[in-house]
Amino acid sequence: MKVRDILQYSAKALSGYTVRTLLMILAMAIGVASVIVLTALGEGARVFVTREFSSLGTYILIVLPGRSETTGGPPPLLGETPRELTLEDALYLARNSVIRRVAPITVGSAPVSWKHREREVTILGSTESLFDIRQLTMAQGRFLPGGDPTRGSGVCVLGHKLKTEIFGNQSPLGEWVRIGERRFRIIGVLAKKGQSLGLDMGDVAIVPVASAQALFNTSGLFRVLVQANGRNAVQKAKKTILNTIRKRHEGEDDVTVITQDALLSTFDRILLAMTLSVAGIAAISLSVAGILIMNVMLIAVSQRTTEVGLLRAIGAPSRQILRLFLAESAILSLIGAAFGIMLAFLGTWGIARSYPEFPVTVPAWALGAAVFVALLTGLIFGVLPAKRAAKLDPVEALSRR
Amino acid sequence: MIRLSEIDRTFPVGGETVHALSNVNFSVSKGEYVAIMGPSGSGKSTLLNIIGLLDRPDKGVYSLEGLDTTELTDDQQASVRRNKIGFVFQFFHLIPRLSAAENVELPMILAGMDPVERKSRVLEALSSYGLSERMKHRPDQLSGGQRQRVAIARATIMQPDIILADEPTGNLDRTSGIEVIQILENLHDKGITLMMVTHDPDLGKRALRRVRLVDGRISADTGSS
Repeated sequence: MKVRDILQYSAKALSGYTVRTLLMILAMAIGVASVIVLTALGEGARVFVTREFSSLGTYILIVLPGRSETTGGPPPLLGETPRELTLEDALYLARNSVIRRVAPITVGSAPVSWKHREREVTILGSTESLFDIRQLTMAQGRFLPGGDPTRGSGVCVLGHKLKTEIFGNQSPLGEWVRIGERRFRIIGVLAKKGQSLGLDMGDVAIVPVASAQALFNTSGLFRVLVQANGRNAVQKAKKTILNTIRKRHEGEDDVTVITQDALLSTFDRILLAMTLSVAGIAAISLSVAGILIMNVMLIAVSQRTTEVGLLRAIGAPSRQILRLFLAESAILSLIGAAFGIMLAFLGTWGIARSYPEFPVTVPAWALGAAVFVALLTGLIFGVLPAKRAAKLDPVEALSRR
Repeated sequence: MIRLSEIDRTFPVGGETVHALSNVNFSVSKGEYVAIMGPSGSGKSTLLNIIGLLDRPDKGVYSLEGLDTTELTDDQQASVRRNKIGFVFQFFHLIPRLSAAENVELPMILAGMDPVERKSRVLEALSSYGLSERMKHRPDQLSGGQRQRVAIARATIMQPDIILADEPTGNLDRTSGIEVIQILENLHDKGITLMMVTHDPDLGKRALRRVRLVDGRISADTGSS
């Protein structure tokens, strides 16, 4: 029997029982669609996080004061307070050849007021390097000027949202605002960039690092952002940072260096695992579809017993009967998978429309896997009914009416 | 061409075993016209099924054209059924969702024949049985006589040597019954070996050889003419 004839015969058999066939296709389609949509959501989350990280800038290392590793043993009761990471440390780092830029950061919260308007916002103390490291863009004016970072000057840059809330549509350039106890002249406004790793860059005021330290009366830094010379320099830079700080802190390893790659790959792994487990859950609905197919095929076999008997009588070996019924399951699965893919694209399209900032993409491997799993389910659950059909005794099958 | 020796066939029915056939010795030469008669349950159909390779004897040897069929694999038996034997059943056994033409085409599909060749053979067969206008009709749109003619067309489409008919007129009225018998006899005239199981003594009389079965044994055989 030719393959084309097998397919034609099975397709005809399926179209003979429209309602039942449509129901099975629907079940399979829903199974396949849920696998694809959930995978797309997981993949979307992964892409989302990756994008967030790259908006942080490239080849970035983050230096935090204190050690994150646990040393074992009971935690010290009085606590060995980690040595502060100072502005001098940061500036010292900048001298190294593998390090391109260093942006020290102090963070605090203070009210920003102009005339009778006041807003409590995050105050970032930093240097001009922050502009390049965080890949910021200006809407108006300019960023913090260069010069000696240890000298604080009374200038500030406002986030987009803060500017709108205090000044509305007026240009704030040249105006003086009060931040905490000090007065600052506004020299620039950041362009809208959106959220970046939890910190809304629209709702901040950026001042020179020394001014911020004076404002918050601290000599330590919140962290230091370091930009390495290139992707290959990142690991070297990490080592250099650790060595430099150890030397400056009398042999104590009291900073933590996080590379963007390490963070990214951790998130990447977590999210991939999440995607796979979600897809696995969706695959359960596929197996439900498989069981439905098995059930219906069993009914089909018992309904078509005489047909099987006849096929045997006119010269079909039992292997052929097996193939015919398997072909039916396979056709059902494939048509179901095709509808499922359409359904999935409709679903992801809908999600993409309602949440445009969330990147929902159907990964190619998910499409292939869904179709493969659908076909596999159809065949696995089709084997039992097909075997039953193939095993029918032709004489008995024909004696039934 | 058909040679059965010491054939036994038993079926378990309830707790007992029923001897459908016991120690049957029987042979048929090419081109014979044999009627197998006997009361219900005498083993007529079992004998026909064994000859048609739908059933296997528990004991004994059945050789078809010198070939010991008991040693054939399932595939080989299927191939013998496909190429050498045509079945005609009391209940026609047409596939309800297929048209008359598609039903006739089925054995050739199973044989893997070329579609163009198939179509022309179907056309020829149906028109020779006066069914050209019914080609696209499904079995439920055909009369009993027409259905049996479609079934005969299907049985002969592979040009078999043997036609096995199990009560071919059992489900037909008198007129269409005679029509069907005449078609079968025409096939016999063209050299096909025809074996027919029947209850009807009138039909039996038309056969050139009559075999009577009682309780699984041959009780009378008019012998080859």
